[in-house]
Amino acid sequence: MASWLRGLLLRSALTSLTALRALQRNKLRSSLTALGIIIGVFAVVAMVALGNGTRSSIESQVAGLGQNMLMVFAGSRHSGGVNSGLGSASAITLEDAAALRREIPDVVASSPEVTTTAQAIANGRNWSTTIAGEAPEYLVIRDWSVASGSMFTDREVRSAAKVAVLGDKTAHELFGVLDPVGQTVRVGNMPFVVIGVLASKGAGVGGQNQDDRVVIPYTTAMKRITGDKYLRSVYLEIGQAERIPIAQDQITRLLRQRHRLLPGASDDFNIFNQQEIADTVNQVTSTLTLLLGAIASLSLIVGGIGIMNIMLVSVTERTREIGIRISVGAQPGDIRIQFLIEAITLSLLGGLVGVLLGIGATRLIAAVSSFKPIVSMGSIVLAFTVSFSIGVFFGFYPARRASLLDPIDALRYE
Amino acid sequence: MSEPVIALRDITKVYVTGEVEVRAVAGASLTVDRGEFLTIMGASGSGKSTMMNILGCLDRPTAGQYLLDDVDVAELNRKQLAQLRNRKIGFVFQSFNLLARTTAMENVELPLYYSEPAVGLRERHRRAREALEKVGLGSRLTHRPSQLSGGQQQRIAIARALVNNPDLLLADEPTGNLDTRTSIEIMGLFQALNDSGITVVMVTHELDIAAYCKRIVIMRDGRVLEDRANPKPNRADELRAKLDREEGAAKIGQKQEPH
Repeated sequence: MASWLRGLLLRSALTSLTALRALQRNKLRSSLTALGIIIGVFAVVAMVALGNGTRSSIESQVAGLGQNMLMVFAGSRHSGGVNSGLGSASAITLEDAAALRREIPDVVASSPEVTTTAQAIANGRNWSTTIAGEAPEYLVIRDWSVASGSMFTDREVRSAAKVAVLGDKTAHELFGVLDPVGQTVRVGNMPFVVIGVLASKGAGVGGQNQDDRVVIPYTTAMKRITGDKYLRSVYLEIGQAERIPIAQDQITRLLRQRHRLLPGASDDFNIFNQQEIADTVNQVTSTLTLLLGAIASLSLIVGGIGIMNIMLVSVTERTREIGIRISVGAQPGDIRIQFLIEAITLSLLGGLVGVLLGIGATRLIAAVSSFKPIVSMGSIVLAFTVSFSIGVFFGFYPARRASLLDPIDALRYE
Repeated sequence: MSEPVIALRDITKVYVTGEVEVRAVAGASLTVDRGEFLTIMGASGSGKSTMMNILGCLDRPTAGQYLLDDVDVAELNRKQLAQLRNRKIGFVFQSFNLLARTTAMENVELPLYYSEPAVGLRERHRRAREALEKVGLGSRLTHRPSQLSGGQQQRIAIARALVNNPDLLLADEPTGNLDTRTSIEIMGLFQALNDSGITVVMVTHELDIAAYCKRIVIMRDGRVLEDRANPKPNRADELRAKLDREEGAAKIGQKQEPH
């Protein structure tokens, strides 16, 4: 019982040793053959890592929008065939925003938003930036925090106070290393007292720098800067994630009613849901990853064919050796396994080096750029499984051919 | 009277190459007892090599019966034949057939790789060393074939054939690639092995090589033409001593020649 197992192990060990020796004797050829697999596996690992990295960075940007967030945008305005884009319609009013907060029970925080672009001047410098009129709850909804100073309060909103909270980038551009809190920033001709600086948040979903902005009370923005009475959008936070679809329905009904839209008329507003954005982005990046992986897999197949080719050459070259082995008592199975192990070793070694190179390349990318590729355990396991299978698949035919050689012809082979 | 090692009855081997049928062996019978030293002689095309392949279980007869150690070879499959070759037969070829980039030890160990039950590392080394010592190569264990002379290479091949203690040693023109002196040495080795009880069957077309054997079988056109005992085989050790004397005399002669 144990002795046959020992015998089997010993036999496999010997056969593996023989196979490894043969590979070692032809180092250059073995490495060139493995190179096909190395490149293939490297490509798969690196491509999947790039795809995953892209996805995760987009995911974190989407998550950075805030938890359970809904954005209600004013719809696009069509005039004479020209579509002026989201928020261009003068549809959402402060009263709408108040009604949403008041009448939709799942809304736990809201922030009316108006935005414009203006020149901010301070400290002898000027900087073109986004002026965002928001409510204090904006930070809660966006899951954002103040790095120094503080956010303005509801009282400052009600009084349309001339206070500003600067984005990290804007603060840096205007004040350098100085602390802006307590300083004055002029927007248009209006002086604002800087009461806080936001923590850095990085790139947004669209790639824009979210840290480049001046946040002021929306009342101040409407009265003193834009002079507009319509909002660009309203940010809403819903208490529970699973209530988002219901809340979305209720918001639609409420706004249609308030805007007196007839049944059949299209909405004059758009609701964006963070989950939907995430799903769309995920779908795109998954497709992208799959595509990159598929292209990379082609090179694996090419590598496999290379292995088969070399194994066939090797069987022919070593015909006499095979004849000798058969004559001293090697069974067809022994010969088959020997060549199969050679093929599998080549492909597995190729797989190993490929994975290492792939990891190395992603490390390098991570080191020299801000992009963070993610090597997934799955892709490594997959790469090994695939390279093993390639070894078996492309090694089987040559191995079988070797095992079926006629010993007499094989011994005579020159 | 012990059982014969080899019993061939009416062996026929027909090769079909395209349209032509070649009858390489046409009804040959042969019995070899344990401890014999037999040579099969014949011109090329006489069927002696085919006989050798059949004896070595490398080839199967088209018709006839081959009992090796009382086992009917026709009933065995490829795997069983491989085991039979491994356990009972040792081959020695004209062209040595050693693995080139492998040491003498490893070449000799080769049959043990395929033995059932498997042979452990230490046992493998021990038996290989023993076989190499038996053929007088105890000091060449780690040499590669290319570092050795033809005679030494053939000794390695013989050690390889001996390592599994086979019942039968089959030698196909073992001295065909060797010079006279080395041939005599190799034949001396075969004689010594035969003296120790190993059955040796050899194929050659050289009369002076056949003269070392105890029994000579002559084949022609696939049949056994003549099967006779050789009551007074040449003794290799004597011949070698004679050769040494002659060479010694020649050397002395050379030394005296100048001036």
